[in-house]
Amino acid sequence: MTPAPEVPVLETRGLRKAFGGLIATNDVSFRLPAGARHALIGPNGAGKTTLVNLLTGVLQPTDGRILLNGRDVTTLPSHRRVQLGLARTFQINQLFPDLTPLETLVLAVAQREGKATGWWRPVGRRGELLDEAGDLLERLGIAEERDQPVATIAYGKQRLLEIAVALAAKPSVLLLDEPAAGVPEAERHQILDVVAALPDSVSLVLIEHDMQLVFRFAHTISVLVNGGLFMEGPAAEVARDPRVKQVYLGEEPVYG
Amino acid sequence: MPQFLSMIWPGRATSRGKLADAARWHPLEIGFWVLALALLWLLPTRLLLLNEIAILALFALSLDLILGYAGIVSLGHAAFFGLGAYIAGLLARHGMNDPILGLLAAGAGAGLLGLLSSFLVLRGTDLTKLMVTLGVALILRELANKFDAITGGADGLTGVTMGPVLGLFEFDIFGSTAYLYSLSVLFVLFLVARQLVHSPFGLMLRAIKGNSLRTSAMGVPTNLRLVTIYTIAAAYAGIAGGLLAQTTQFVSLDVLDFHRSADVLLVLVLGGSGLLWGAIIGAVAFKLMYDWLAAITPQYWQFWVGMALVAIVLFGRGGLLGLAGMLRDRLRGLGGRA
Repeated sequence: MTPAPEVPVLETRGLRKAFGGLIATNDVSFRLPAGARHALIGPNGAGKTTLVNLLTGVLQPTDGRILLNGRDVTTLPSHRRVQLGLARTFQINQLFPDLTPLETLVLAVAQREGKATGWWRPVGRRGELLDEAGDLLERLGIAEERDQPVATIAYGKQRLLEIAVALAAKPSVLLLDEPAAGVPEAERHQILDVVAALPDSVSLVLIEHDMQLVFRFAHTISVLVNGGLFMEGPAAEVARDPRVKQVYLGEEPVYG
Repeated sequence: MPQFLSMIWPGRATSRGKLADAARWHPLEIGFWVLALALLWLLPTRLLLLNEIAILALFALSLDLILGYAGIVSLGHAAFFGLGAYIAGLLARHGMNDPILGLLAAGAGAGLLGLLSSFLVLRGTDLTKLMVTLGVALILRELANKFDAITGGADGLTGVTMGPVLGLFEFDIFGSTAYLYSLSVLFVLFLVARQLVHSPFGLMLRAIKGNSLRTSAMGVPTNLRLVTIYTIAAAYAGIAGGLLAQTTQFVSLDVLDFHRSADVLLVLVLGGSGLLWGAIIGAVAFKLMYDWLAAITPQYWQFWVGMALVAIVLFGRGGLLGLAGMLRDRLRGLGGRA
């Protein structure tokens, strides 16, 4: 008997999404192997956002299937997919403006541990949750801001918190939607370092415009054009491909 | 330290910064409850008013759980209050006179209505929520009016006779038992609400209010959480209504009126929402203002209530408690400079 081929952590089969007559996602089939450092690129309007929304369960596909660690999650709501290991960050921060980073992460950890429904013991006296949230804050370099309302901390730090919240779920697949978008140049390196330091146990999908970031982190790249997969392959190969340059890059890519 | 004491006065637990302090009791909080109890002897002639304040505070506390913490707006919170009042009243009228059992039934019945109606309320925008909550309360009021053979209709439900609380304390005409009873229920339910809002469940409600897209992306079944708190809040309101029926031994259609839903919203905004204490301070301020203004300008008291409301919303976004906090910070600032 031959050993079973490795199950991809995330897989789509013939994924399609139509909004009326507009086909936003067109027959997308791709497999993300464990430990992947994959980038999803494409010009504006190529359907990147729709694809992410399909993967995360914000939208339901018109056709096709989505498998997470071999399990069909096509019809599962967003929060179930997160529980099964698919976490994401948002292009525009989606945080709790009135809560502190510590509170935010305590909740994220509590949710993962199934302790988020505890209704008697105060959050402030749950050492195990506080410790893990505190560690995450340290690791991502936002420990100093732990007790300030999120709305009042620097944008770059909010970006880091956005990643921290996703990591608190201990995902097997992490979708990073333009992680450095809007971050001032001086704070960018912090984000890049954090992304670079993510463990191999997390398979990454980077949805990105910034070619410097893409070529710094991604080993493999999918190019999305008009809702369909235009090409897929190792980063260097994609970068060299004249057709990709034509439809997307437009100019010489900048290598990081 | 006994369990109970360590709960309300955690003392020096492991210090973990601001978050650990959040659930700790402030001396003023304890002072308030001591004073509230002492009023039983200090103001023996105003116990009926104090009883009403305690009931209104509980009702506002209920609204704070959904509005202040979970961000669910409602213009029909009287539906639960009224249902609880009728349940408690009808039980007592038909021979089940034990106050505590009556309250539990009122809470359970209102909670069930909360659970059922939550599926209608929690879909859609804030405007939808306002309209659906308003509609549910209107429907209930019309039902109570229509089935007058059961409810007494516009004449009200009479013949509500109560047994002694816990088999010991008979209700009296001065309202001392009534006040002590309502205050005790308020205290217990306040304690529970206080634990709740500082727990992961309660903090998650604030998170959902802040950004439900993110809570979903954290793996939280957001709607289930909202259904849960809506049901709990409905039960709280039902118990408040039950208290009114039991302590006044009468239920009128008025318990389901729109003005009750509007008043409780006003009380909460006046006191400050999302703080629990705002509900209590708001109830005290609202009733005292009503009492005082109605005595000097019987026709125009609502004018002054309106003025106070506009002023609070425009200048002190956090209600009376928000104003107090601002004042405290200002004073501290002065102290620091001196």
